[in-house]
Amino acid sequence: MKAVITVVGKDTVGILAKVSAKCAEFNVNIAEVTQSILQGMFCMIMIGEVDSLKGSFGDFADALSSYGKEMNLKISVMHEDIFNSMHKI
Amino acid sequence: MIDTKDILETIRMIEEENLDIRTVTMGISLLDCINPDIDIACENVYNKIVNSAKNLVPVCTEIERELGIPIINKRISVTPIAMILAACTKKEPVKFALALEKAARTVGVNFIGGYSALVGKGFSAGDVELIESIPEALSVTEHICSSVNIGSTKAGINMDAVALMGKVVKKTAELTADRNCIGAAKLVVFCNAPEDNPFMAGAFHGVGEADRVINVGVSGPGVVRAALSKSEGLDLTGVADLIKRTAFKITRVGQLVAHLASERLGVKAGIVDLSLAPTPAVGDSVAHILEEIGLEMCGAAGTTAALAMLNDAVKKGGVMASSKVGGLSGAFIPVTEDAGMIDAARIGALTIEKLEAMTAVCSVGLDMINIPGDTPPEVISAIIADEAAIGMINSKTTAVRVIPAIGKGVGEELSFGGLLGNGPVMKVNTYSPAKFINRGGQIPAPIQSLKN
Repeated sequence: MKAVITVVGKDTVGILAKVSAKCAEFNVNIAEVTQSILQGMFCMIMIGEVDSLKGSFGDFADALSSYGKEMNLKISVMHEDIFNSMHKI
Repeated sequence: MIDTKDILETIRMIEEENLDIRTVTMGISLLDCINPDIDIACENVYNKIVNSAKNLVPVCTEIERELGIPIINKRISVTPIAMILAACTKKEPVKFALALEKAARTVGVNFIGGYSALVGKGFSAGDVELIESIPEALSVTEHICSSVNIGSTKAGINMDAVALMGKVVKKTAELTADRNCIGAAKLVVFCNAPEDNPFMAGAFHGVGEADRVINVGVSGPGVVRAALSKSEGLDLTGVADLIKRTAFKITRVGQLVAHLASERLGVKAGIVDLSLAPTPAVGDSVAHILEEIGLEMCGAAGTTAALAMLNDAVKKGGVMASSKVGGLSGAFIPVTEDAGMIDAARIGALTIEKLEAMTAVCSVGLDMINIPGDTPPEVISAIIADEAAIGMINSKTTAVRVIPAIGKGVGEELSFGGLLGNGPVMKVNTYSPAKFINRGGQIPAPIQSLKN
């Protein structure tokens, strides 16, 4: 089972490290990361493995989302199923 | 491996184009609640609903959080209450409305549908009492929706019921005149009503259905419009193809939610309703899709053709995305719930007559239309008869949900708030159909019904 974590916001020092640390708190292993900076905006997509997640998926999603607000970033966490359903037959 | 482009597309659809799951509706059979003592029957109804649906809202909330997609409404549909009332020695149907209201509040759903009667070919025990109680039931409750099926392709049209419903619609508006006549916005009159419809106000749980079932209604006019806005230069075959591809993606999300909700609630998965259901929010309008296809305003010549193509493409795209399809399935055209239709109606580009033509090719009927408060009941009945005739002859569902704006005339506005929206009072042809309506009787089933 995988979670897709997207992070968008103004580029600052240590975003990747901070989000990864939060994932580690929930025992989420980061399997892939892609990131780019578009006109000063930081855009990152992380694929996290959530098989050994501490707590519920919803709690993880809420925790990252509110952590994002603290850092002035928009962080969303979505289960991989929604992407697989929409884009694969 | 999930493609980055697909991830970004999905997020854009949800955040910018208003993609959502419009409703997860649990259908609950109340047939095992029947009791000759109405108070015991009401208690049975309350207990069955609360026991069946106590986890509906928490489970849907959990799915929302996991998938990151909003589920706007959590609803319940029940067996038409007239059938439960039939066995009661005291015919006091409003007691059922109050029991349903109490259950809705306990489980926290947005609406319960099924304060209904199916009278397409005649009235049986409890039907007339229930229909006559609708105005009171909708005025003393907040979460109850009511529907009456007055005809079908197989049965013809029960014109006695049509005559009665004109009066009931009017009285429902009058009893809720202090709340923008909202009662009438929760009352729909059907021909060929589907028994697995998850959408309100017309949802009820058909007698042929399982004891409990989960039906899901999807949405997504904004997504279709956004896709079309990049379609400059496509011919109409290409446009239809693009709508199909978009509808497929929207419906797949509905299918996923239906699967998860059914599994977690331990309730049989029913159908996915492949609908484009607009909201008053900017960017979530079916009318704007038609305008994106190439009409200056919704209601212009060409609207019926464009809507026919849209409706058909939505079904073709959606049907492959879902294992079981049902309900109303198609594009909805509720005037007050659609920002583009509200604008078109305000400037007179969209008329009731054009909407009637549109209902011949879309999934429902004359929906959420404000009419003058002094419209006589027989005119409302005749509007219902016209719609029912379109449904009966074309073997499709049609419906009427008009709101007589008590104390208001053409051009004035009614505002319901929320998803029910707001809109202008539209002009109605008031030449009298009274003699036609007062004849009563049954319009016989058409030749199309003889398929055996």
